[in-house]
Amino acid sequence: MATDRSAVDDRLSAVLRDERGRLIAALVRILGDWDVAEELVQDAAVAALEHWSTDGIPHNPGAWLMTAARRKGVDRLRRQSRYRERMVELTREATEMDAGVATDGPMGTDDRLRLLFTCCHPSLNREAQIALTLRTIGGLETPAVARAFLVPEATVAQRLVRAKRKIRDAGIPYRIPEPAELPSRLDEVLRVLYLIFNEGYLASTGAAAERRDLARDAEWLTSLLLRLMPDEPEVIGLLALMRLHLARWEARFAADGSLVLIPDQDRTLWDRSAIDDAVELLGRARRIRRPGTFQLQAAIVAAHAVAPSWQATDWDAIVTLYDELHRIEPTPVVALNRALALAERDGPAAALAEVEPLADRLGSYHLFHAARAELLRRSGRGEDARAADERALELTDNPAERQLLEARIRQAGSERSAGPT
Amino acid sequence: MKYMMLIAGSEEGWAGVTPEEGKRLYDEVSRWWGEHASAGRIIGGHQLQPVATATTVRRSLDGETTVTDGPFVEGKEVIGGYGILDVADLDEAIAIASTWPMPDVLEIRPVVDGD
Repeated sequence: MATDRSAVDDRLSAVLRDERGRLIAALVRILGDWDVAEELVQDAAVAALEHWSTDGIPHNPGAWLMTAARRKGVDRLRRQSRYRERMVELTREATEMDAGVATDGPMGTDDRLRLLFTCCHPSLNREAQIALTLRTIGGLETPAVARAFLVPEATVAQRLVRAKRKIRDAGIPYRIPEPAELPSRLDEVLRVLYLIFNEGYLASTGAAAERRDLARDAEWLTSLLLRLMPDEPEVIGLLALMRLHLARWEARFAADGSLVLIPDQDRTLWDRSAIDDAVELLGRARRIRRPGTFQLQAAIVAAHAVAPSWQATDWDAIVTLYDELHRIEPTPVVALNRALALAERDGPAAALAEVEPLADRLGSYHLFHAARAELLRRSGRGEDARAADERALELTDNPAERQLLEARIRQAGSERSAGPT
Repeated sequence: MKYMMLIAGSEEGWAGVTPEEGKRLYDEVSRWWGEHASAGRIIGGHQLQPVATATTVRRSLDGETTVTDGPFVEGKEVIGGYGILDVADLDEAIAIASTWPMPDVLEIRPVVDGD
């Protein structure tokens, strides 16, 4: 039975998207060699194109690829005696596969989890962690990773090569961390996933569709992590946070591509059922009773997402959540955001009193000046507000943010020239 | 795998450590070292004399030699000792370094194995 080549192409890409991480993880576990593992998956994909076109798409394409990759592995390693033990393992698992042993068992699951912890090992730098995670678990090709982070392809390729070399040469293990290390190691993984998400969600450079894909990739990786670690409340918190953000995607940009802030967003564009699901998910985390930074951030976004309007938002609840967040994460950025919620509850003067002392530490952060400008404007200090907006403009390159700030400065100028009324 | 664990002290880390506290930390290090050494996780190493005793010998390709006073890197952190670890992987090395009793900075690097 011959199958249309392009149908095979599409199916194969979809299968690889879901299965690549699992395949690589299993092969890395057996072989201990990332490059060989990747090449074998590549070989299996080539074989799939050929066979699926003539014989039809198999019933379980993921298992087919795993079997093919293992057979390729056996062929390749046959002559290398140092791989003898590993070859036995490959052959055994390939045989089990033929006998119909499911690939979806806990073994496949653990492999990917192990791989994720290796990709996000703290002895790798952030760029390497991100590139490895996207490439290896997320199944993105190197050019896609490069486009996502607006760096040359060669740079990403180099990062991947260096990271893999470090994993091998420094002896970074391929396992799930011990319970004692788990909290800090899991936190590292969550931070990497959150950074990937934010790169897609916040950056407005690059093609919008691609940015959204990246945010969705991060969401997919986090949902995978949740399947692997279903009882970790911070994993749930991060996933809920991402889903709450994604649910408001349509309302975040105006027709001209400029950023629309929450107060001005058209709430009818928000995906209500996605918001409800995320809020319910967050409830699951709360019941575990181990609060954390991602759960609190998600709870804050949830409070916005369930409010019928900006005015009717439960500011008291949001200020309380920021208080809790500040206890866990006493950073000036959290304090700034808390002050902005306070402005809604107690007025701009109360918020300004909290914001001004942050100038020392946030002086080079554009959002500090933008937030301060807004509070000054609402306090009737138009001149000071304009100066603060201009300072913010000097400090950001983000086109959507620049557009917003420039519009505010223009507006302030025209109001002034119109004179007091 | 074998790792070299370089131990560097910084003024920042040691600021505010009283002489009694320092004495306690040294005792703690002896105990710590002995424990890992007898378990075979530390297979060598030494404490070094203070950095004031350091001499740097610089060699160039054309055979020129320059001898100067002091360590080869002038930094806030000064190498005060080293240990050779023999452990399963980097995580075990990190776990050991993470229990070092003193407020120091430790660098872990795999050694190149001869074979």
